[in-house]
Amino acid sequence: MAKQPAAVIGVGQTHHRAKREDVSMPGLLREAIDRALEDAQLTLEEIDAIVVGKAPDLFEGVMMPELFLADSIGAAGKPLLRVHTAGSVGGSTAIVAASLVQAGVHKKVLTVAYEKQSESNAMWALSVPIPFNMPVHAGAGGYFAPHVRSYIRRSEAPTHVGAIVAAKDRQNALKNPYAHLKNPDTTVESVLASQMLWDPIRYDETCPSSDGACALVIVSEDEAARSANPAWIHGTVMRSEATSAAERDQVNPQASRDAAAALWKQAGITSPIDEIDMAEIYVPFSWFEPMWLESLGFADANGGGWRLTESGATAMGGRLPVNCSGGVLSSNPIGASGMLRFGEAALQVRGAAGEHQVDGARKALGHAYGGGSQFFAMWVVGSEKPSS
Amino acid sequence: MFYFCAMPRTLSAPVTVAFDYTRSTGPVLGRFLAGLRDGVVMGGRTSEGKVVVPPPEFDPVTHAALEDFVEVADTGTVTSWTWVPEPVNGQPLDRPFAFALVTLDGADAPLLHALDVDSPADVETGLRVRVRWRAERTGDITDIECFEPLPEGESGSTVQARETVDPVTGIVVPIELDYLYAASPEESLFYTSLSEGKLVGQRCPSCGKVYIPPRSACPADGTPTAEEVELPDTGTVTTFCVVNVPFLGQRITPPYVSAYILLDGADIAFLHLILDIPAEEVRMGMRVKAVWKPREEWGTTIENISHFAPTGEPDADYESYRVHL
Repeated sequence: MAKQPAAVIGVGQTHHRAKREDVSMPGLLREAIDRALEDAQLTLEEIDAIVVGKAPDLFEGVMMPELFLADSIGAAGKPLLRVHTAGSVGGSTAIVAASLVQAGVHKKVLTVAYEKQSESNAMWALSVPIPFNMPVHAGAGGYFAPHVRSYIRRSEAPTHVGAIVAAKDRQNALKNPYAHLKNPDTTVESVLASQMLWDPIRYDETCPSSDGACALVIVSEDEAARSANPAWIHGTVMRSEATSAAERDQVNPQASRDAAAALWKQAGITSPIDEIDMAEIYVPFSWFEPMWLESLGFADANGGGWRLTESGATAMGGRLPVNCSGGVLSSNPIGASGMLRFGEAALQVRGAAGEHQVDGARKALGHAYGGGSQFFAMWVVGSEKPSS
Repeated sequence: MFYFCAMPRTLSAPVTVAFDYTRSTGPVLGRFLAGLRDGVVMGGRTSEGKVVVPPPEFDPVTHAALEDFVEVADTGTVTSWTWVPEPVNGQPLDRPFAFALVTLDGADAPLLHALDVDSPADVETGLRVRVRWRAERTGDITDIECFEPLPEGESGSTVQARETVDPVTGIVVPIELDYLYAASPEESLFYTSLSEGKLVGQRCPSCGKVYIPPRSACPADGTPTAEEVELPDTGTVTTFCVVNVPFLGQRITPPYVSAYILLDGADIAFLHLILDIPAEEVRMGMRVKAVWKPREEWGTTIENISHFAPTGEPDADYESYRVHL
C-alpha cells in the first residue's frame, strides 16, 4: 500500500534565548506545543500520539527526559516515542511523526523537540575525556573545523565565503521574532574581524547556545481539510553512515549524497536549484552552507556551493534563499534546531513565515545533520498535495 | 590509575562524569520549593479537585497551567514503603532507612521521601509521620530532611512557617556518574603496545585497509580484523584546526593545533597534537614524527606520545592524502 498523504498544519516555536530561566523544561516544551496546537486549531485532547526529540541526555543531565515530561505534554493515555540522532534529531523526529501518519497508524500526531542548553554546557558535554585517548577534542567546533579546512582546500574557496553566510543569516534573523541572536550591525567585515576560535572558524561563524523548543502538528489528508494552508509532505529521507570508516568523506559524506538523491526522487524533483523555492539547511558553522549546497545537489561538487553563496543566490530575494529564519547560526537549541528547519520550511510553503517569507514559495527543503556528519534527515514540503 | 580487568589483556580505567546542572523551576515547582524553604508544604489542586504534592505544573486532565495552590500539613500517613538496608552515596540518610510514600494531611496523592526509623519492624502502612525540617533551608526538596514517626498525641509543625515572599526560580543539581571504561581487546593491544613504544594497528582482511587504533571489526564492511600491523611513528598532517577557545574540562592550554595525522602505512588518520612549530605555520601535507615522552613516564596510553613535530621533509603531495580529506 502506498504512503498516505500527510501535511503539517501547525507550527509552534519558543522565543529562543541563551537562558530561558523563566520556564521549566516542561514549560519550555508547552510554549512551543501550545503555539503549534493553536495554529492547527486542535487541542492536546485531540492528538493521537506524541513524538519527542532532543540531543544527548548529558546536555541537561536528565536520563530519558521524555518519561518525566509525559504528564506535562499531555502524553498520558497516548503513545509516546522518543527519537535520538544527535544534532539531526529535530529532523528525524519530525520524519518519525510523519511516518506514523503516512503509514495510516495515526491521524493527528504532535511532535516536539527541544534543548535547554543553559542547564549545562554542551562544549563540556561533548568533550568528556576518554581514558587512553588524546584529550584534543574541543567541542563541535573543534570536531568540524578541520573538515571545513578540507572543504576550503578541496574547493579552493576564497576564505571570506564563510563570513558572507554568517552576515546573511544574522541579517535574516532580524526579521524572525523568535530568533536568539539579534545583531543588526553584523557585516562580512565584522565577521572577518571576530576572534578566530577554532581556526579556520571565527566566533561570528559559529552558532549560539540556546534554550528553545519547536513543535509541529502533522495530520492525515482528511484532517488537513481543517487547515486553509497545509504544508504537504512530498518526501522524507533519513540516512546514516559509519563515523570512522577509512577514507570516509567528511566534507561530502556518502550518506548525505544518498539521502539527497533519494529525497529528490521521492519528491519528483529533477533539478533542485530550479524546483526548490527556498531551503532551511542545518548550518551550525557558516561554511556548512556551501558544503551542504554541494552535497544536496544544488550546485556542482567542485566549489559550486561557495560560488552560489558568493553570488548572493542564497540571500533573501536570491535564486535559492537559504535560512531566511536566520538558521542555526542565529538560534541553536540543539535538539530543536533540526525541527526548526523543517518547521520553517513548512511555514514558507504555507505563506505564514511573516517578515522572512519568500514570496510565492511553493516547495521548500528542511534539512538536518548530526553526530560527526553521520546522521542526515531531510524533507520536502509543498503548498500543493503531491500528485503521486 | 590504569589496571587490567579479570579478562586478560583487556584494559579498563575509571571515568567520572560530573556537572552541577542548573534547573529553572518554572512558576509551579518554584512556588513549592519556596514553600519548603519557608517551612510549609504546598500542594496543587487539580481540575478534579485532588490535592497533589508536589503540585503538577500542568493539570493532568485539562492540561492547563496549574494555578490553585493549597497549603497542606507537614503530618501524614504512610501508604507504602520499602526498606533500604545499605544506603549509597547521595541518598537522604547515611544509615538504613525506609523510602515511604506519605500522603500528607490535606493531600490526596502521596509524596515519596525517606523515613527515619531503626528497622523495618518500626514501619508499617498506616504509620503516622511528620516532616523533619532541615535547620538551614534553601528551597530544595532536601529542606525536608526526612519523615519521622509522629509520637502519639503530638502534632506536626515543628517549625514556625514564614510568609513566602521571594519565589524560587532555580536550583543547582550536582550529578556525578562513575564509570569503568573498558577498552576492547583490540584497543587494549594498541595501548599495551604503546607502553612498549610501538604503534600497532590492524588490517581488514576484506578491504585491506589498515586501521589505527584497531577497531575489532572493519567500520566499512563489518569484517572482524585480526592481522596486526606495526606502523612507524611518522606521518602526514591531513587537516587540522587551531584551538584558541578555552572551555570547562580542557586539559591542554590553548592555543594548540589539533591535527589529523595519517601514519605512513595507515588508511585512516587520528587526532593528535602538533607542537615545536608556530601554529600559523602548520600546513596540510606537513610531514611529522612522534615526540615520545621520557620512557619512565609511559603508560598504556596514546599520551606516551607527547605530540607530533615537523620532520623537516618536504610536504607530502596533495594527491597522497586527498582521499583522507
